[in-house]
Amino acid sequence: MIKKISTPLSVEAVKSLKAGDIVHLSGVIYTARDAAHKKLTELVQSGSFAGIDFAGAVIYYCGPTPAKPGKVIGSAGPTTSGRMDAYVPYLMDKLGFLGMIGKGKRSQPVIESIKKHTGVYFAAVGGAGALISKKIIKAEAVLFEELGAEAVYKLEVLDFPLIVAIDSEGNDICR
Amino acid sequence: MREINFDEIVSKIESLCLSANVSLADGITDCYHKALEAEETAMAKSIIADCIENQKIAFEEKVPLCQDTGLAVFFIKLGDEIKIKGGLLSDAVAKGVSLGYTKGFLRASSLDDPLYDRKNTRDNTPPIIHTETVSGDKLEITFIPKGGGAENMSALKMMSPSAGEKGVIDFVVDTVKNAGGNPCPPVVIGVGIGSNFEGCALLAKKALLREIGSRNPDPRYKALEEKLLMLVNETGIGPQGFGGKTTAFDLHVEYAPCHLASLPVAVNINCHIHRKQTVII
Repeated sequence: MIKKISTPLSVEAVKSLKAGDIVHLSGVIYTARDAAHKKLTELVQSGSFAGIDFAGAVIYYCGPTPAKPGKVIGSAGPTTSGRMDAYVPYLMDKLGFLGMIGKGKRSQPVIESIKKHTGVYFAAVGGAGALISKKIIKAEAVLFEELGAEAVYKLEVLDFPLIVAIDSEGNDICR
Repeated sequence: MREINFDEIVSKIESLCLSANVSLADGITDCYHKALEAEETAMAKSIIADCIENQKIAFEEKVPLCQDTGLAVFFIKLGDEIKIKGGLLSDAVAKGVSLGYTKGFLRASSLDDPLYDRKNTRDNTPPIIHTETVSGDKLEITFIPKGGGAENMSALKMMSPSAGEKGVIDFVVDTVKNAGGNPCPPVVIGVGIGSNFEGCALLAKKALLREIGSRNPDPRYKALEEKLLMLVNETGIGPQGFGGKTTAFDLHVEYAPCHLASLPVAVNINCHIHRKQTVII
């Protein structure tokens, strides 16, 4: 059975998700990958971050290919989540996002952070970037545009297919 | 001598960048269908079904199979009766990559400096080029866009010769286990055994150029390939690391002579988006 959820996430909605569930996510999500995580951390540390409300937000580890003329976005699958692990506990504390989308396993500190904030880690199918691009109905670079593919994009998604890989109790199905 | 124009190479490379990023290497689609039958859980089946749908969309709409359109890696066989008119071969390849990636809406993933600046070069240059001179008047160019996620999970070890076959097997299987779902399994694995430090890594990458389903002509290495593939699939990592029977679609071993003190082993992992195309000029 497919569960339908939308952003921003509420704690109640997150609690209802269990590791192994298949979910269709709709609403606004934000991309951020390696360079954006580093820059966000530096901005928050220096007290100069403003502009985006990440409360209950979902962060998608993705650096899409450029959109062809007339298209919303190019290929847009997940990248390996583990590279973001060093930044996540701090950013979850400070920014209040509850969901993350990526691929592959997470570190113990990230699992603890997910439990602490009643968050969730979703896996998207790595290497299905063409298919996932069909679920993205709007895309706009909103931060760090100079980073190109690594900029933060605000995406509007409709029925983005995901797997609950780590739930709010810390149950983890990644190998 | 046969003359080939610089511009002809540029234009061939440009097209190669586009076509190789929207279509899978021969044999991978069949691997998907076999995995769909072999897998038993709803999740594994659903992941493989998404992969099948993904390659259809990519091919029909000419949208990249994966957003990671890779570093541009080339293996070139340059016939000794060829003269390139108008510039250097390496410059032609770089120009073709620059045009292919910018005009083709492919992702530029190359950074100018690994440690300090990490600034995107914006056109996916420089490419990585391995050139070999062969006899004849043909120029054969094989392109593999190599994604970062699977490349990051690759490993090399300078083993003691006493480690033997068991040591090699343990290292390969441990590398795959350690990678888990990160390199987007089902993967394709290239194993290099022998040569020296840099030669071994190159052997592993060359092993990825082999046709899916092909076996090493040496019966001992053929048996090793079959044993490794079986053991890798017995890890149960499965599609995307969520458990299953298909962890690798194929595994190829290439070997070369080595120093009497050495047993180098390299494992180069590629994701299920195994892309590889060749053009002969």
